[in-house]
This record gives sequence, C-alpha cells and structure tokens, in this order.
Amino acid sequence: MTLLELDGLRKEFGARHRTVAVDDVTLTVHEGETLALVGESGCGKTTLTRLLLRLLEPTAGTVRFDGRDLAALSTAELRRVRRQMQVVLQDPYSSMNPRMRVHDIVAEPLVTHDPAARGRRGRAATAQRVAALLEAVGLDPGIRDRYPHEFSGGQRQRVSIARALALEPRLVVLDEPTSALDVSVQARVLDLLAELQQRLGLTYLFVSHNLAVVRQVADRVAVMRRGALVEVGTAADVFGAPRHPYTRQLLDAVPVPDPRRARRTRDTAPPANAPRDPAGPDRPADPTGQVR
Amino acid sequence: MTTPAPLLEIDDLRVDFRLDDTTVHAVRGVSLEVRPGETLAVVGESGSGKTATALSVLRLNPEPPCAYPAGAIRFDGRDLLTVPDRELGRIRGADISMVFQDPMTSLDPLQRVGAQVAEVLRHHHGLPRSAARHSALEAMDEVGIPDPERRYRQYPHELSGGLRQRVMIAAALVGRPRVLIADEPTTALDVTVQRQILDLLVGLRQRHDMAVVLITHDLAVVAETADRVVVMNAGEIVETADVHDLFARPAHDYTRRLLAATPRLEPA
Amino acid sequence: MTVTSPVLPAAAGTATAHRHTVLRTLLRNRLAVVALAVLAVLVLAAVLAPLIVPYDPNAQNLLQRLQPPAWLAGGHRAHLLGTDELGRDMLSRVIYGTRVSLLVGAGAALLAGTVGTAVGLVAGYFGGWPDRLLMRLADVQLAFPAILLALAVIGFLGSGLGFVILVLGFTGWVSYARVVRSEVLSLRTRDFVTEARAIGVTDTAIIRRHLLPNVTAPLATIATLHVAAAIVAEASLSYLGLGVPKETVTWGGMLADGQLYLGTAWWVAVFPGLALMITSLAVNLTGDALRDVADPKAYRR
Repeated sequence: MTLLELDGLRKEFGARHRTVAVDDVTLTVHEGETLALVGESGCGKTTLTRLLLRLLEPTAGTVRFDGRDLAALSTAELRRVRRQMQVVLQDPYSSMNPRMRVHDIVAEPLVTHDPAARGRRGRAATAQRVAALLEAVGLDPGIRDRYPHEFSGGQRQRVSIARALALEPRLVVLDEPTSALDVSVQARVLDLLAELQQRLGLTYLFVSHNLAVVRQVADRVAVMRRGALVEVGTAADVFGAPRHPYTRQLLDAVPVPDPRRARRTRDTAPPANAPRDPAGPDRPADPTGQVR
Repeated sequence: MTTPAPLLEIDDLRVDFRLDDTTVHAVRGVSLEVRPGETLAVVGESGSGKTATALSVLRLNPEPPCAYPAGAIRFDGRDLLTVPDRELGRIRGADISMVFQDPMTSLDPLQRVGAQVAEVLRHHHGLPRSAARHSALEAMDEVGIPDPERRYRQYPHELSGGLRQRVMIAAALVGRPRVLIADEPTTALDVTVQRQILDLLVGLRQRHDMAVVLITHDLAVVAETADRVVVMNAGEIVETADVHDLFARPAHDYTRRLLAATPRLEPA
Repeated sequence: MTVTSPVLPAAAGTATAHRHTVLRTLLRNRLAVVALAVLAVLVLAAVLAPLIVPYDPNAQNLLQRLQPPAWLAGGHRAHLLGTDELGRDMLSRVIYGTRVSLLVGAGAALLAGTVGTAVGLVAGYFGGWPDRLLMRLADVQLAFPAILLALAVIGFLGSGLGFVILVLGFTGWVSYARVVRSEVLSLRTRDFVTEARAIGVTDTAIIRRHLLPNVTAPLATIATLHVAAAIVAEASLSYLGLGVPKETVTWGGMLADGQLYLGTAWWVAVFPGLALMITSLAVNLTGDALRDVADPKAYRR
C-alpha cells in the first residue's frame, strides 16, 4: 500500500540567480518499507525531506500522504497529518534544545498534539508515556531530568528516536540518523531502528550519503543527483546491477574494509591526479545551507 | 628488503587534560613509529585519544589544559616534547606538516587560496614572493587542482569541499615535509571525493617517500591506504599490526568488534 | 570516553540536586558572591532607607554647612560622611539616593528588555516584512539622540521618576532587539527548531519554548550593562536638571550640586560618585555570574 506519494515535486530557490534544488521528483513510499534516499552533499536530498514534511513550500508538484494532498489541507488538518510523519535529524548535537530536560524533549510532541497531556492530570500520564518511550529505545527512564549535553551522541540519538515515536507515527523520516556517530554506536542504533520498525510497523524514509549503511537497512533505494532522481529500485537491483553510471560511480567509490580487495581496485583506478569530481568542481552550495 | 630506521618515534606518550577539578588521561602510554614511505593508520572511535596523540607530535594540543607528564616523541634525534618553541616552529609545516578534517575551518576565509599555500615557503624558507608563488602553483598542480593559476587568486568559499581539501594538502606538501599527519582528512567529504583524496595521498606518499600518519575512525579507509595499523581505545593501544594481518586475523577483541560494526557493501 | 553502554545508569540527580548545583556554581565564583552581597546590601538600604537614615535627607542646617567626614579634622561623629552646602547629612542622602538609582536601573532595563526582546524574537523568527519594518524602526531610534527624546518627553509630559524610566527604557531597547534577532537567526536554522516545526508545534510555542530560553545568556549580559548605564544616565539627567524633581534625592543631583565645591569640600561629589560606581560594578559582576549559571552546560556533574 502506498503511504507517501511525491508527484513532480520541484523547488527553486532565489529570484535573480535561480537554482533548482529539487527537480521534478516523483517517488512513492510503501507502507512498512525502508526507502533509502542516497546522494552526495548538495544533491537536494535534505530539501526534498523538508518539502515532504511541508517545512518548505514546493514550487510545483504535490505531496500526498495516505492519499491526501498536503497542500489542500487546512492548518488544523495538517497538524493532524503531522502526527503521523515524524523526523529524526542528523546531528544529535543540534537537534535538541540545550535548555530542555530529556523529559520535556520527549514529551513535546504529546503536549503539542494532545490537550489531555497537559494539566495536572495529564502530567502523570505523560510521565508514564515518556518513561515507556525511553525504555523502548534502550534508555533508563531515570535520565528524564537531565540535559542533552550530559549524553553521548548515541544516547542523544536514542532520545531523538523516542521523541519521534511519541505520537505513534506511521512514517519516520530519518535524515542521516547515524552519520555523526561512532561505528559501534551506529551499529546499535541501526539495530534499534530495525527492531522498532518490526515491532511498530513503521515506514522509514532513510536519507543517507553512506552507501554501506544503506546497504544494511534499505528495502528500496532512490539515488539522487543534482536535484533529480537518477535511479530507483530494490536494494538488490541497485547494489547488484546498477543501471545508471552515476550509481556505479558512487558504488565504486565506497571504500572496502578489506585490504586485498581495496588494493586491487586501486591498481585499476585512473591516476590519482585526474580530478573527476562528478558534479564538477564548482558546484553551487546546497541552497538550504546545509553543509555536510 | 631492509627495513629503514624509523623517522618518527613516539615512546610511552601520556597526555593529560587538567580541568578545574579533574584530570582526564586522554593518552595513556602510547608507543608507535613510522618509517619513510610508510603509511601508519591510527584508528579508533571518538574519545580514543587518537587526535590528542596526533596533535602532540607538533605540540598543538592547547596548553593548558593539556600537559605531557611522560613520554618522548623522537624525530631527527630530537625530542619534540622538549625542544624549544623556536625550534619546533621551524619543524612545523617544513619537516612535519598536518592536514585536518574540515577544510572549511582550517582555511582562512579572508585570504586567497594561493597565499595560504605559499605561506609555509615565505615563512620558513624566506623565499621571495615570485619563487614562493611558483612552488605553490607546482604543489597545487601536483595535488590535482585544475587551472591552478586561476585557483591561486580565489577565496576558500569559491571552491568545493574536495578542492579545498586539495588546497590543504598542497599547503601541507609545499614545504616538502618528511612526515605528513592527516587527521580524518576525508571524513567531511563525499564518497567520490573521498576516493580521489585517498588515491592522492597514496600517490604522493610513494612519490616523495614520505611517512604518513593517518588518523581515522573508518576501517574501510584504513584498508584502502595503510601499511600498518595501530588500534586505539580509551587512550591506549589495543593492537598494532600489519594491515593484512589485522583484517585477516584481528588479535584483540575490540578490533574484532570494530570490524564487525563496520558497514560493508556486500552482505556478510 | 569509552564505548557507551546502551542503558545509562539512573541519574543520581533529580531536580533538587540540580538546584543545588546552580547554587554551588554561583558560590564557586567568589567575586560573584561579593557582588551579590553588595547588591543585597544596596537593595536593603533602598527598601529600609526611612528606617535606617540618621537624618531627614532634606533637612537643612545652615549652621553646619560643608562639614567634612567624621574621620577628617573638623569632622564630627554626628555626620559620618559630612554635610553638603545646605547642611544636609551626606550619609542619609547617599542612602536615599540608592532608591532612585536602583528603581531607575531595574525599571529601564526591564522595560527596554521586554520591548527589545519581543521585537528581536518577532523580527528574527518571522523575517520578511515584519523584520524589515522593525529593524528600520530600530535604525530611526538609534539615529534619534537620546537626550533630545528626554528633553521632549520631560518638556511635554513633565518630569518625574516614571518619565525618566520611560525615556531610558525606550532609548535602550534597540541593543536588546539587535542581539536577540541575530541569535534567533542562527537558532532558527538549528535542527531542534526544524524538528519542533515538523512536529507541528505552533510559532508561539517555538518562540517561548525554544528561542527565548536560548537567548537568555546574551540578554543577561546586555541587561546588566544596561542597568549600570541607566543608573549613570539617570544621574546625568538629574545633573542636567532633567531628571526627577529637586526634592527627590538622587546621586546624579548630588553630583551636580557637589561639583561647585570639589576644590573645597570634595566629599559632597565624591560619595555619591563612589556609590554610583560600586553599584554599577556590583550589577555587572552579578550579571556575569548569572549568565554562567543560566547555561546548563556550566554545571559540573
């Protein structure tokens, strides 16, 4: 079943020097799957997530969630749809308000959407719910009075995940959720995400530049370059038999954690001196200002 | 093949960070050596002490809070931890140079790229402007910067991330150092660009017979570039091995866990 | 430092423990403790002035004009800090002057801070035309000489403590607005604001919950500078005769009176000046300490 449908989505920035950040993207995400959106910095993948979360207005095209066109919704209806699509952002150091305690961070979605979560009676129920969420992501509920800076990157990312799950969403947009983490921590966060997906029937849109990570988590893969999708397919197809030359180039560039294989590829590679920056050396910065 | 003598030798290095009420022992007795023409990878996760170790070589850790209670770093018969600042200043950038992770913050945004590459020559070798310019252009060409004449006059923000990192490498190479320390040189870069920079580092090391110390968290990068590997955890070395041995027969449990956690393209 | 375990040990601290650390952080800074004590004494003096002064500050005694402080030759224990040109007790006047100074300083900072912070939050968060309008308004305000505004207000509306606070408050809001705006501009792009918007948190809640608490540190800095500046500015206005009515005792008015006698009776000008200096120093030091405490990262575990 289709959960999210992007149709001819386009976003242009700037009036005089127009840049096309997202160039007529059409893509569907099915309920219960993990769709990975891969691409290099400045390819427009971050802008695309902002468009589908309706944090940016598209220049053209539509976003349909569960069959409903987000642009046609009233403010109140949009708020209701937003309960069902949540987001976890890349940098666990900037994705949390440093002045808020863990409890308030995780409870914020509840308090925002559920009037019953406020007030004296709601407080006890909210506290219970927060404790359950923290436990679900492998954290001790006793940390609820602490501040974000007291935690490691992996722990913060778990808090972010707990918060994203608070409203029992159907779609979670994971924007580079592990790229700021150490590998061993990354492995555990990925395991947690997989377990939660299975238990809660979640749909993931997994945005990443790391193809090796995508290989581990994705059911389907969409490859993005300069604002447009160059290839969409099952993970097995995209990794096993890439059709687009850019996909192949990306795959070839991934370093292999095996010294024998790594050296073999180097000997067949073109000389080190030949610059072959795929998008050209002077590609414009990502208009959303995100630097990766 | 006879093994050449070590060029840089770190012996039982200890690095402390003395804060108001605690002392953090960031490096607890690290010993390693690197030979000409060899790439030594120092691999570890955040907090392993790998960066503190690398910065110690040129005494670039902020002092205070940093202190070196024990150990020696031998280069050319001198202990870099005790040489006077003046002498260390002559070694920095000339005999031993560094490349850092983020080329955006390590380049001065208000200075032209060329001037920053040529700085070492003007500063250390006292070369006149034209000679320094000539060598800088050569270095920029060697690291694969297209149209170096034009790039020389540009500012860092006009360059892509990959080009900026090439500029950093050119600036590190222009003084013809014998040791190059690269701290996560490709972590901020896209995969395709990372590939080019790694290839470039390997090529340069071979051509100039440099010793390269590569600091990284990524075992895949290690596999691509290193000859020998030092694995660090919590300020200590857990394993030192030839790169092929390390991947084929990891001796330490921590190394095995790190290897298992490293994502790879082929399903295991 | 080591690989993190997935389950954290329960926090020893709860909210109470946290309050303890705030206090401890504050007390660790010895200078702040001294400043805080001085400030407390000043506030007490202001509140209790009528009860603790030895004389009515406006009571004249022409027989004892310009008496030096008690410890100088010719001084008398009856007037510890001496008397002024009308024979009024200096100590009583300095104590009474605390009232106006603190009231003006706090009132002006509060008024300017409220207006400026509101303007900065709205301009920074919404951008677009509200931003352009408010920032042009700020430019106009800055271009307009404060002294002229003071003259205009006092000329048209009359003098009085309330008007002084009003004038000083409305000339001071621009610096708050500018600093808050620039902070908000960078906060607005931070991930936690994006996430809050994605959740569907309303703009008002984002401003209240995510932006305001994160601009308190720079606000505290400006506010303390402003309190001190307003106290000095009030003194200048009083010195010019534009401040509060003559019968209200102010340090600035005392300075103005005393300057004629600097050569012969320095104490008439020096003591109110000293009080002014000590007060603004104490306010500034307390502000510095408060700013450190307001930042959760400053507590040590």
